[in-house]
Amino acid sequence: MARAGKKVLVLEKRPVLGGATVSEEVYPGFRYSVFSYVVSLLRPEIIRDLQLPKHGLTILPLESTLTPLPDGDYLYRDSDKWATYRNIQRFSARDADAYGEYGRDMYFMAKAVKYILGIRPPDPTSLHPGELLRLAKLGKHFLGLGADKLHMLVKLMTMSSAEFLEEWFESDPLIATLSSSGIIGTFLGPRSPGSAYVLLHHYMGEIDGVFRAWGFAKGGTGGISEAIASSARAFGAEMRTDSGVAEVAIRNGQVKGVVLENGAEIDADIVVSSLDPKLTFLTLLNPEELPNELVDSVRGFDTYGSSGKVNLALDAAPDLACLPGLGPHLRGAISISPNVDYLERAYDQAKYGQFSEKPYIDVVLPSMIDPHMAPPGKHVMSCFVQYAPYQLNEGTWPEQREAFGDAVVNTLSEYIPNLKKIILHRQVLSPWDIEQTIGLSGGNIFQGELSLSQLFFLRPAPGYADYRTPIRGYYQCGSATHPGGGITGAPGRLAALEILKDGKL
Amino acid sequence: MPIGSPFHSRTDALCRTQEWREWSGYFAAISYQVSHEVEYYSVRNAAGLLDVSPLFKYEITGSDAGQLVDRIMTRNIGKCQVGQVVYSPWCDERGKVIDDGTIARLGETRFRVTAADPNLRWFQDCSSGLDAQVRDVSVEVAALALQGPNARNILKQIFTKIDLDRLPYYHAIEAKLGINRLEISRTGYTGDLGYELWIGADNAEALWDRVMEAGQGFGLQPLGLAALDMLRVEAGLLLIDVDYTSAQHARIPSQYSSPIEIGLGWAVDLAHRDFIGAEALRAEKQRGSLRKFVGLEVSWEALDELFDEVDLPPQVAGRASRMPVPLYAGGKQIGQATSMLFSPILKKYIALATVEAAHSQVGGRVEMEITVEYERKRAEARVAKLPFFDPKRKKALAHS
Repeated sequence: MARAGKKVLVLEKRPVLGGATVSEEVYPGFRYSVFSYVVSLLRPEIIRDLQLPKHGLTILPLESTLTPLPDGDYLYRDSDKWATYRNIQRFSARDADAYGEYGRDMYFMAKAVKYILGIRPPDPTSLHPGELLRLAKLGKHFLGLGADKLHMLVKLMTMSSAEFLEEWFESDPLIATLSSSGIIGTFLGPRSPGSAYVLLHHYMGEIDGVFRAWGFAKGGTGGISEAIASSARAFGAEMRTDSGVAEVAIRNGQVKGVVLENGAEIDADIVVSSLDPKLTFLTLLNPEELPNELVDSVRGFDTYGSSGKVNLALDAAPDLACLPGLGPHLRGAISISPNVDYLERAYDQAKYGQFSEKPYIDVVLPSMIDPHMAPPGKHVMSCFVQYAPYQLNEGTWPEQREAFGDAVVNTLSEYIPNLKKIILHRQVLSPWDIEQTIGLSGGNIFQGELSLSQLFFLRPAPGYADYRTPIRGYYQCGSATHPGGGITGAPGRLAALEILKDGKL
Repeated sequence: MPIGSPFHSRTDALCRTQEWREWSGYFAAISYQVSHEVEYYSVRNAAGLLDVSPLFKYEITGSDAGQLVDRIMTRNIGKCQVGQVVYSPWCDERGKVIDDGTIARLGETRFRVTAADPNLRWFQDCSSGLDAQVRDVSVEVAALALQGPNARNILKQIFTKIDLDRLPYYHAIEAKLGINRLEISRTGYTGDLGYELWIGADNAEALWDRVMEAGQGFGLQPLGLAALDMLRVEAGLLLIDVDYTSAQHARIPSQYSSPIEIGLGWAVDLAHRDFIGAEALRAEKQRGSLRKFVGLEVSWEALDELFDEVDLPPQVAGRASRMPVPLYAGGKQIGQATSMLFSPILKKYIALATVEAAHSQVGGRVEMEITVEYERKRAEARVAKLPFFDPKRKKALAHS
């Protein structure tokens, strides 16, 4: 927006910019990517348009995934095609063969969907010639895929990630670890229909992999926010932290500005909310100003959080039982996903309002990739944990938080025997903490489930998927808009393009 | 990281250049000596020994093994006798080539198939309804190629109890090294007289040592991939993912090839057979193929002239090049040359190429892109018959 000549003011409630994309020194000398922890989907056009490399964006490689197994064995995959082939072959020779083909077909799928990431969703109910044209273009795109790919895409949109993967593979650690991409941030199990789409959503980064869009941001994910902020400042935008917005001021259906929590009023012709729809429509506005069907849709919009995060400061490198000592495996992801039943059982507990005692954990050691994240020889460990249901059956999150942290550390200790001895500091974040700290309703990391009923022209509400709202001048641009969550920048970019288009009329 | 093949202790000790390439996850010597031409000439003039263990090897057994192999291969495997070996491509349902390799019929119901890429899943998936088992024996079977006019004489030093003189081209025979069994097939990838030896990985080193020892006095040299690449181009043998793209790797329609399009029409037996891809290939045969695989001989006079413009003698790569270059006819691009080299034995600049069918007649003229001092030029080339080099000894029986 600033690049297009608009006078832009960014208001952030917290002392640090970035929302869930922040790095903070929670424990002296150790920088945590407190919430989001890897980047895979940041749109290359944003990197180019905002000149992010010039503003400090460096994405370091994160190329391996280790799945340690309870029996002391492990599955290790990295960018070495044939070493990965041999590693998978130890579990299933057929799977080793299928792995390459799977990668190619998922490339096709990601490519098919990539087109959608870059467009504003058309409104299928509109008879406006422009919308019809957009719909026709979309239909042409999908029909152009050919029957095989279209069938696969429909399967991806509707199946469970485990079932989808079982069409390719037979070995449990491989299916489980691949299917875990289908549950990340989602209140679904690997056998729940719909999880295959989440798998694809996470796979999307692969297509731009050659351009190194997938990896670990130098300085933690906050490095991305800082680069974007620096770029924005260079284009003339102003940032204010500690400036929470209390309400959006409107008059006669037209936005007039915002009122801050401290009572200050700021006038503006355009206000863009990157908050989730519950805050955007129900908190910052008086719902009575809005059409009933929108209010109902937003109330029904599923923002139920299911993930937690445990950040650890470590006195030394973790020593894995399956691969002792230092090694390249510590520079990649460590996935606690030994088999599909394990993940499904973790989900079972969450369904009934308990956190998983044996959770799925996606571990990365940012300090192994970027040594500036911790003092020399010491490490930070980021543990993304599933499942931690927002609503607990017994007790509250402040009461249960540390027990949840214990479950995570105990689970990890089965695979990392020295873990408990080297923990210097532990930060445990439940969905409730996520909601409290950065305002994501329900603590949902995508600002709303990536379920079929909440995607594309239904995200966040039917008829309001074009980033506009019923209030003139008031727009939405968060992860709850198309194309959804992850550090993509895509909703913001698409929203900005729509806003600029309106400005021209 | 690549790993060593069962011969690695031996090849590593001999590879003075430390020039290695990864071949299916294994270390493979590119050139043992600084001059790879020594290795090249060893095959054309004496003998070379090449570690081909990184090939994928599958054993297919069971009462319907023959039926399964016949279902997969474009060649008629029903005609393949025990002790015979055939070369064949195999296709997907659309008649597009997945891979190519040799099929050795080791017994009535036992076959060994070699492949460039993993094919276990494909072969197994093709076996539905048949009593046939496919087993990946890539790791347990080590393989050596002994190639060149002296290959037979070297083997005769070691295997005195078998009649190698009468082993016909593309046939295999069982032999023993001490108490250990191995198979010797009269096959190879050099277009010369040659054999491939298939042995349990545990006995690989002993075999290497025996062959190297017996090769003393016969000019035997260890052979690296740089020389092999030259030899196979002279022999008109195509290489997967260099001269064509496997249907398993292709991403866009133009990357798929039928066996007819890559010069393997002779290995497609459509009569009364129902192999995978047959229907599509029958249709292609009727319709005519759009592309053809050809050999090219680049005019030396044309090269001379182009380089003369910059006062240089023709600069041609000493090794085979795998950098594809466009081909033109009538000012329009009509294909690409995918492998090329100056053939030391033929003294010709030759290339393997894919061209539009209309330009595939032997003797026809095309133009090939040549870079002269960073400038792109075009040199005249003529379509040539493949193979470029085809000595009688390749197929002949001894003393015949």
